[in-house]
Order: sequence, then structure tokens, then C-alpha cells
Amino acid sequence: MAASEPLVQGTGRDGAGFAGVTAGDGPGGVRPYVGRVERHPLQPPVPLVLDPDAVERRAPVFGAADVSPLDADLTLGHRGEPLGERITVGGRVLDGRGRPVRGQLVELWQANAAGRYVHRADRHAAPLDPNFTGAGRCLTDDDGRYRFTTIRPGAYPDVTHHNAWRPSHLHFSLFGTAFTQRLVTQMYFPGDPLLPHDSIWTSVRDASARRRLVAAYDPGLNEPERSLGYRWDIVLDGPDATWAEEGR
Amino acid sequence: MSLPATPSQTIGPFHGTALPFPGGGEAAPVGHPDTITVHGCLSDGDGAPVPEALLEFWQAAPDGSLVGAPGSLRRDGAAFTGFGRVVTRDDGRYTLRTLPPGGAPYLALCLLVPGLTRHLFTRVYLAFPEHDPLIEALPPARRATLLAAPEAGGHRTYRFDIRLRGGAETVFLAFPDRGGRPGPP
Ligand SMILES: [Fe+3]
Repeated sequence: MAASEPLVQGTGRDGAGFAGVTAGDGPGGVRPYVGRVERHPLQPPVPLVLDPDAVERRAPVFGAADVSPLDADLTLGHRGEPLGERITVGGRVLDGRGRPVRGQLVELWQANAAGRYVHRADRHAAPLDPNFTGAGRCLTDDDGRYRFTTIRPGAYPDVTHHNAWRPSHLHFSLFGTAFTQRLVTQMYFPGDPLLPHDSIWTSVRDASARRRLVAAYDPGLNEPERSLGYRWDIVLDGPDATWAEEGR
Repeated sequence: MSLPATPSQTIGPFHGTALPFPGGGEAAPVGHPDTITVHGCLSDGDGAPVPEALLEFWQAAPDGSLVGAPGSLRRDGAAFTGFGRVVTRDDGRYTLRTLPPGGAPYLALCLLVPGLTRHLFTRVYLAFPEHDPLIEALPPARRATLLAAPEAGGHRTYRFDIRLRGGAETVFLAFPDRGGRPGPP
């Protein structure tokens, strides 16, 4: 989509503002999410080759003081079991050279099985689950592995598009070994028919990059008779490698 | 080996149960005499305040060390971890209490703003050093957007407003060499 096209703004859930719904050029004919124009800088980012001692070459560190092992199981901490299909989501966090990102913080947040967030601004008329908050944390291990136990979130309406629904997704936040590797993104589930109709998934314009946001069913991660396993590996990089393919 | 990076996606408006944590903006040890306050307002191209944005600060310790320390998420009130995380309030404002960095006098700042497809980077300079490649490369008119202003009468208090778009737009950064520590050969 050309940046000069006029944009119809809305306000809503994950988008907090969307381009209009009319004929789009995403894979499902939906217009990809471009965000809120009034928040987009007009100037291109200033390229900075970092000094060897630049602050951004290093990153905050996290450890046992920050995260309890219980924080990785979102089904715990309430009086009972949450409703929904229990899942185990795991994978490796790697840098662009394939090296494990060790001991770094992974944060997860999500809607409940009915597609509702615990948040004052979420007005979706789906029930809250008294046994589910939808926030978790863990640290990657020496192999760069992370692992969460949770429930599969429900789809929810994308109120800024007529008759549109967001596919099931998990929000992820990650740190690397350099501050420049910071990443916030969303994980999707394989085979979800809503994907090609989703303005946020399709906002990643490169098809192979988009596929990298979709987990794979992995029976090796199942907990037998308890949870379904999904594998999703994450590759951190500087902010520029994905700049072009995101269509910014 | 070169692996393609996982793409970024918008943070969305519902991160509030997951990412903010108590004491996120209290990076300085409790009662530390050198504590400084950095505060300001995040605004958009219309001058409207931007609430619910996540601002993350990462900096050197007062001795110039960049190794950081664990414990940011559950602060013990004594350790200095180098990391702070705050959420802008309904009026777009934020407050960070921290220690002055040693070495180069700036805080690295990552902004995660609902309504953007990816985060932004900038720097908060408490003073401009004599030589700084970034500052020297900027047109003079844009340099001031990276300088925190000491407040008259404020006790070690600095004002740093961030404008996402338009006149006096803050300088945001890109890192072409990705900035990671060099790996093993
Ligand atoms: Fe969401």
C-alpha cells in the first residue's frame, strides 16, 4: 500500500487504530494494518553505527530474582483450572547467526479461551474467566529454550473492520543480548482460517516472514493427556533486518 | 549461518497485565542521594498525549559499567540494575527515577507504542559530551530533541518530552550494524 493513500482511521483492540476496510491488498483481500498515522514519525530513523562501548550493544539482565518458575504456567495461581484447551508452547530463541540467546526474559500475554482480555479497555462481550489472567514470564535456558503452559486463546472481533475477527494469537516480548535486539510480536496457530483475513498478521508484507509468526503443532511438546504442544522458534536481530519486509 | 529475523508486530493496547511491574520506574536504589528524576510527556503529531505506551530505559551504572544486574522486575531497593520500564499515563506523562550514568551521559530508550507496527529507539542525553558521533551527525535543529532539560528549582530533575511526529519530532534511531556484541569466531 502506498504511504500516500488516504487512511480511514478507527480505534480498537490490538490495532488501537486501523486503516479502512475497503478493498485491500493482503492475501485475504484485507487491508493490512498500518497503525495510527498521527503516531508515525515523519522523519526516517537516523542510522547510527554503534561505538564498541555504546550502551545499546549491551542489554539488561534478568535472573532468578526476576522470574519464578511458576510464572511460566499461566494455568496456575487461581482457585481452579482455566477453561479452554490446554497448550504447551515452546521453542528456542536464537540470534541471526543461530546462536542461542541464553538467560533472557520472555514475556507472554493473551486473551482467555473466550477471546477476552483482563483489561479495563476490553469491551468484547465474552466472559472473563476467574481462573485465568493471561500473563506469563520465563527465562531462556542455556540452549535458548523457553516453554509456557497456558490455554489456547479464543478469536475476538476486530471492531474496526466490519465482520472481522482476529485469529487466536499470543503476544510475546523478548530481550536479546543487545538492546537493539528488542522484539515484541505475536504468535499464531497453524491452519487458522482467520489468518489471511487478519489485518495485523497481513501487515507483515513478506509471505515467508509472515509464516515465521505461525507455530507448528509438535506432539513432542505435548504433555500426554494434559496439553497440546506447539513449537515456535524466535530469531532476534537488530531493528533493521525486518524493516523493509514489514512494509514500513 | 544467517537466520531471517522474526518480524515485529504491534504491541496492542492490552499489555497492561503483563509488561508493567511495580517499581518499574524506580531504578535508583531507595533513598540514594544521587537519584535523578527524568520525566516528560509522550505526544503525537497532533500534540495529543499518548497513553499506555511502554518506555524502557537501559543505561550504564554510575561507574560506567554496562553489565547490569538482575532484579529489575522484583526490585530489592538496593541493587542498581540499569533497567527501567514505565507506562505513559492518561495524560501521556511518565516518570523515571534513576542514577546518573557513568561514561557517555545518555540513557538508551526503547518506545513500544500502541498504534505502531514496531518499536522506536532514541537516546536521552543528560548533557552533550564533547565528542559524540550521533550528535555531531545531526542537524543542529534536531539535536535539542535528544537533550533532557534540567528544571529550574527542581532537585536533579530533568524534563524529556518525546514527540512522535511533526514539528520538533524526536530523533529516532536505526542500527545498521545491529549493535550486538561480537560473537565467538
Ligand atoms: Fe491481542
